[in-house]
Amino acid sequence: IYLFIAWALLSSLPQMVGVVGLEVHAQIQSTSKLFSGSHVRFLAPPNSLVSHFDASLPGTLPVLNRRCVEAAVLTGLALNCTINRKSLFDRKHYFYADMPAGYQITQQRVPIAVNGMLVYSHFEGRRRNQVVTKSVKIKQIQLEQDSGKSLHDDEQSQTLIDLNRAGVGLMELVMEPEMCCGEEAAAAVRELQLILQALGTCQANMAEGQLRVDANVSVHRPGEPLGVRTEVKNINSVRHLAKAIDYEIQRQMEVLQSAGKVLNETRAFDSKSGNTIPMRDKEGLQDYRFMPEPNLPPLFVYKSEASVPAGVDPAQVVVIDRLSAQLPELPSVKRTRLVETYGILQEHSFTLVNEDGLMDYFENVVQTTKAEPRKVIGWVIKELMGNLNSQNLKVSQSPISPCALAELINLAESGHISSSTAKQVFQEMWKAPEKTVGQIVKEQDLWMINDKEELQKICRRIVDSHPEEVQIIRRGNKKVLNKLMGEVQRETKGRTDPVQVRAILEKMVS
Amino acid sequence: MSAPSAAFRPAAAMLSLSIREVSQALRDGRVSATELCRKCIDQIQRTHYLNAFITITGETAMEQAQRADNRIRTGKPLGPLDGIPFSVKDNFCTENIKTTCASKMLKGYVPPFSATVVQKLLDQGAVLVGKTNLDEFAMGAGSTDGVFGPIRNPWSYTTLYREQSTEDPDSDWAISGGSSGGSAAAVAALSSFLALGSDTGGSTRNPGSLCGVVALKPTYGLLSRHGLIPLVNSMDVPGIMTRSVHDAATVLRILQGRDERDSTTVQAPSTPPSLPEHFDIRDICVGIPKEYHAPGLSTDTLAQWSRVAAMFEQAGARVQEVSLPHTQHSIVCYHVLCCCEVASNMARFDGLEYGHRSTIDSSTDAMYATTRHEGFNNVVRRRILSGNYFLLKSNYERYFVKAQQMRRLITEDLKNVFRSGIDVLLTPTTLSDAARYTDFIQEDNRTRSAQEDVFTQPVNMAGLPAVTVPTALSRRGLPISLQLIGQTLQDWKLLTVAHWMEQQVNFPMIHLHGDSDERKLDRLVRERTHTIGS
Repeated sequence: IYLFIAWALLSSLPQMVGVVGLEVHAQIQSTSKLFSGSHVRFLAPPNSLVSHFDASLPGTLPVLNRRCVEAAVLTGLALNCTINRKSLFDRKHYFYADMPAGYQITQQRVPIAVNGMLVYSHFEGRRRNQVVTKSVKIKQIQLEQDSGKSLHDDEQSQTLIDLNRAGVGLMELVMEPEMCCGEEAAAAVRELQLILQALGTCQANMAEGQLRVDANVSVHRPGEPLGVRTEVKNINSVRHLAKAIDYEIQRQMEVLQSAGKVLNETRAFDSKSGNTIPMRDKEGLQDYRFMPEPNLPPLFVYKSEASVPAGVDPAQVVVIDRLSAQLPELPSVKRTRLVETYGILQEHSFTLVNEDGLMDYFENVVQTTKAEPRKVIGWVIKELMGNLNSQNLKVSQSPISPCALAELINLAESGHISSSTAKQVFQEMWKAPEKTVGQIVKEQDLWMINDKEELQKICRRIVDSHPEEVQIIRRGNKKVLNKLMGEVQRETKGRTDPVQVRAILEKMVS
Repeated sequence: MSAPSAAFRPAAAMLSLSIREVSQALRDGRVSATELCRKCIDQIQRTHYLNAFITITGETAMEQAQRADNRIRTGKPLGPLDGIPFSVKDNFCTENIKTTCASKMLKGYVPPFSATVVQKLLDQGAVLVGKTNLDEFAMGAGSTDGVFGPIRNPWSYTTLYREQSTEDPDSDWAISGGSSGGSAAAVAALSSFLALGSDTGGSTRNPGSLCGVVALKPTYGLLSRHGLIPLVNSMDVPGIMTRSVHDAATVLRILQGRDERDSTTVQAPSTPPSLPEHFDIRDICVGIPKEYHAPGLSTDTLAQWSRVAAMFEQAGARVQEVSLPHTQHSIVCYHVLCCCEVASNMARFDGLEYGHRSTIDSSTDAMYATTRHEGFNNVVRRRILSGNYFLLKSNYERYFVKAQQMRRLITEDLKNVFRSGIDVLLTPTTLSDAARYTDFIQEDNRTRSAQEDVFTQPVNMAGLPAVTVPTALSRRGLPISLQLIGQTLQDWKLLTVAHWMEQQVNFPMIHLHGDSDERKLDRLVRERTHTIGS
């Protein structure tokens, strides 16, 4: 009986749900670092991109890189943030071998941008083609320095330090805990990647560390206060992000259901096992001893050129209006435009925008062919992406140019080759990109047979050699006609127009 | 005493000239830059017992002097400083020249670049003869707390002082003041025409005052801090030490201005080529802050203060008592803010990239801890510890924020005074003349800094310019100086008034004790130091 009551109580309570917030570190795409003139490059020889300031030589001072500020403002504008006209820099202290000054310069008190919103979509439904649009608040975007990298050599028990990354500009974006599962978080991050790439403010490649995402995960029953959260780190792809979060939500629910306690801790995602494991963590005890950065005056950005005070060169400062005018077409706007302009499905607009260069490719083909955009999209998504994905190529590496594809589609549209032949020709073009469509069709003798007499002859041969089938058809089973049509296709290697063939065959057997 | 006084020997005569005078002598061919450089280096060696220098850059100095001679000979000197020997406090970075901050932490450290202010002097043809001694990382007010030992005040080796002393010259000597004691001693002892110090709470003005030289702390942001190893970034300024106000003005004009490597620098107001020869003191209103009648102010110093105030008044300037009510809280706030920035600034000294590294390497943390324990002296370690305490999340509001609020009030006090029509404030620079070393070290560094910085430190809180000018010798034969405080970016006006004051007071030239005795003394000191050191 008790068991029953307990069960009844439990089942009357609302289900536990996951709560997910994200902290994203986006490396700013700039030629030089946030506070020094050193270059920024991935995979440069160790310690080859280190200025005196980056190595924290005593007596060096930070000099703010305007380009990094502009990147943060552009990103803030694209994410609907309020740009703070005056923001401040702070020092965050901790000893770490790859943080040579013993502190990181960040924006703890007044960040450059606040109160933004990221709108993202993901797919639901059995065929995953139902688009659901959601949004998450961006608490703030702050400018800060990246750290260097430590390499631990356990065998010789030594640590090697590479300061190439030390001092590279980062934008830290804090997303409020408003997502509920891995899939939502992954969709939000994917959309963020597209926005950053469109802006050119961050290359946003997670595997190369240009975008680093830490997830704050907790579970609770709706209506109750948020549960104790854990921070999940060491996630290096969007796919792993979703996995890590879902694992962590599940783990926490199980802990609570077995009357355990969730600890406030940092956990690392292990991509091999798909689990999260506790990290050796001192952060809970860490007091960062924040202090204003005395070597950097407040960072001012101005609304318009007119609001720049006298005596300040407008070319040397960050002006919001100037940057607003530079904002490119953002992914969501692109998708809407694609759906409206070309009448394609919404899900296809996602594919076009998600793949770098695919939208341009598609629009290029559409412009050079007479075919309907809805036909072109099939070619692009099925044939082109199918081939690219199977060989792990980027759109820019496609052996078939948009022009060549357009030519092929035009031949099919005008009836010079059949649509099945066209697919065959596509594969030939893929293998031999140096040949033109015309060459391939000619060499392999794939032109459509449009000569009536010849078609009649071929059909006659097929009808004559299939008396039984003809009998069945004549008795009223019209379906068998398809078999004869298939025979004609085989005989002609698909070089016939099915409509014409059907008409001839129907006449012959009637 | 039958030995001729140093000032009358031709070498010393040349060395005791002002920059303006010696620059003219160079152009007139009365002396060459190489001769001048050689004389200065000889003088450094002759006054070695002062312990004013950490590094003597004889070889490079002679090369620089040679190049200056070539320019001067062809009638193309770079400017008023071409060929002029100078020295630099050892907390300014100098390319390819050791920069130690008088700390074991940076012993042997050779920076790959020069501080902007050093580079500007070099670009003007000035000849760097050496790096001067200081308190470790400029933390101190006596120049008694550096790894290279204390600096002696040259004035305690003058005939006047020695004749009053019954003790051994090696046990009875006065401190130089600090933390830029080496730079002050170098200028006072005639081994440099100009020296750079740094001033965070009075570190240029205090030793300048005790060693009887002109010491200027410019407006915060007027001179670049790039390459100055920081103590308190929000208060540090490079300081200028010379033997005349006119010289200080010449150097200021060269060093001031925006530096793209230091974001806190400002555009310098336009300044004429030299201070005005004719200047009507009757247009000036001099404020006397009543709070500066501090306990412990010596009668000698008070007498000088009154005497000079009376001079201003008699010459027709308006002299008026003013109040700076928050001044009394300045030192304690300074202590909090200074420790906080020290804790932060010193965090980079972990033994990884440069400087001292402990041999203990059982773990990274152990290496940090022992490196820092071995590398820093007690004074530095104590400030780091206090600073980290003040910055803890639970203490931040109570200490750091409070101190900053008080800092604003102190700044407001000064602004209000200037807004009321005051042009300059006249105050003592220090409580008294230089203490005897043996007396000075009876109290710890923290106590001494609090006592010694009381008149100099509020100016750093507010970022204002201030200059100290020696006015007379005390009964002990040691310099007494007064400080003038000006308004932000009115450094030129401040120097104009200081120049007038300097002309009225007639401060005597230094006469180091007789040559033969001096050598004996030097040998004695060297032997003694050697015994202590080994």
